[in-house]
Amino acid sequence: MPILETRELAKRFGGIMAAADVTLSVEKGARHALIGPNGAGKTTVINLLSGVLKPTAGRIFLEGRDITALDPHQRVRLGMARTFQINQLFLDLTPLESIGLAVAERLGAGADWWRRVGSRAMVTDEIADIVERFRLGDVMYERTAILPYGKQRLLEIALAFACRPRVLLLDEPAAGVPEAERYELLATIASLPADVTVLLIEHDMDLVFSFADRISVLVNGALFVEGAPADVARDPRVKAVYLGEELDG
Amino acid sequence: MTQVAADVASYLKRRARWSPLEIAFWVFAFASIWLFPQKHLILTETAILALFALSLDLILGYAGIISLGQAAFFGLAGYFSGLVAKYGIINDPVLALICSGLVAALLGFVTSFLVLRGSDLTRLMVTLGVSLMLGEVANRYSSLTGGADGLQGVTIAPIFGRFAFDIYGHTAYVYCLVVLFICFLIARRIVYSPFGLSLRAVKGNALRAAAVAIPVNGRLVAIYTVSAFFAGIAGALLTQTTAFCSLDVLSLNRSADLLLVLIIGGTGYLYGGLIGAVIYKFMQDWIASLTPQYWQFWIGFMLVLIVLVGRERISGWNEALRTFLVQLASRVLGRKPALSAAAPDRG
Repeated sequence: MPILETRELAKRFGGIMAAADVTLSVEKGARHALIGPNGAGKTTVINLLSGVLKPTAGRIFLEGRDITALDPHQRVRLGMARTFQINQLFLDLTPLESIGLAVAERLGAGADWWRRVGSRAMVTDEIADIVERFRLGDVMYERTAILPYGKQRLLEIALAFACRPRVLLLDEPAAGVPEAERYELLATIASLPADVTVLLIEHDMDLVFSFADRISVLVNGALFVEGAPADVARDPRVKAVYLGEELDG
Repeated sequence: MTQVAADVASYLKRRARWSPLEIAFWVFAFASIWLFPQKHLILTETAILALFALSLDLILGYAGIISLGQAAFFGLAGYFSGLVAKYGIINDPVLALICSGLVAALLGFVTSFLVLRGSDLTRLMVTLGVSLMLGEVANRYSSLTGGADGLQGVTIAPIFGRFAFDIYGHTAYVYCLVVLFICFLIARRIVYSPFGLSLRAVKGNALRAAAVAIPVNGRLVAIYTVSAFFAGIAGALLTQTTAFCSLDVLSLNRSADLLLVLIIGGTGYLYGGLIGAVIYKFMQDWIASLTPQYWQFWIGFMLVLIVLVGRERISGWNEALRTFLVQLASRVLGRKPALSAAAPDRG
């Protein structure tokens, strides 16, 4: 059984079909990439999966359970977290507090209103783990707003990771990261635990082909081709609409 | 526990520590009971306004909900406490106070669902609408509320059966100050808890808050209800200390004044409402003694000035002043600053 599945998922904005009959299945433990030209509807699919948008038609299943009607926070609780293409961070909080929010929420301490922040060792231990794993230790006391962009991108992933998802949706994690900070980010993505299923949206073909074991190509809101990286790379239709010269070279 | 985990825990706890400045604030507040006995009437009003402003700060400063309708909770609880005293339903003032707060909290809970969605403007209009409706209901049922004449014949029993209210406001002031302090402690506890932190997250970025599993709407409903409770306590205090309640408690003016108080004092650090209330009340008193008829002119003038200078800059001043005072206090007392936003030491 696939861990994440959509059936004929569709989203219409007025007259525009942003996603049309997307039937996608992601296997457990997969490194699945969703690619496609600009405006193909990749981010729309992520927004539908995470519940930010409600679909016009179609259904979404997480581990066999229909989650189409659930709110975003409920989907996170069920084990599916996401990152954002454009940073969505708590700018006035420190990375430490931000990660703490996610950890506390997962451990059921988020609604605790009588205990002081930081008084549960279970929460603070895990915050420390995540801070170290994502190499945020040197900036953990800084306001998020003043962090270098590369660190902010790491924090994007760290926040999703702190929810301990079984399915992680990465929306262009490397977008806009300068060359100097890029390696650290890619290494972090590559070192995500194998039991976490990853659905990746990315423009960077180096990252896609080095990371993914399965690729779906989305064009004009609809699934176009799906297969192993080598097959997708060879597929003449994909070359024609999208990859073209980039892969020939 | 690793070193990093220990650092994390101590850093997170540090924010909730009492700073010397805060302790000094409350010592001075309680000292005012003996220092200014002839000022107890205005100090009582100030304490009530401070508590009322604290209620708005909880939703505005921490959850980002702007409201022009706090008077609805203030007024409802004001009438409730007046009526239960008048008809002898609840004679104990403290019990009546708590019940009034709970009634206001109930209204807060029910109306909270109206402010979950929408922009600041929507929220302003919805909250304003609710308090206007309530004001008209109080006007319509004048047989119960006394209508434009106000609720007459309210007598408040002595507190704990021992401390009777007096015309100089001595009992009233001590009573209000103690209630304000208790409510403040509760509010402080809340904002430094994981729940309080999650409110700041919701205010900062609701989209991301939901993406880290925070139930955004649930949290907003909760804090709106708590805020209504505090506003209700403030309203009930006013009725109990004046033994009177009029339609004025539900007026738009009252909600608007509250925003003004928070604009003066700043939001999001709990003391804004308290400091703002002191400045507002004493400035009002001072200006009124200079020009009894036209004092509102100067209040209006100051409002324009503050807004033109800019909220940002004023909160910047607040921040700078606070940091300065905290550092000063810590140097004098030889303790590490806790309230300041300055970077903590790296252990």
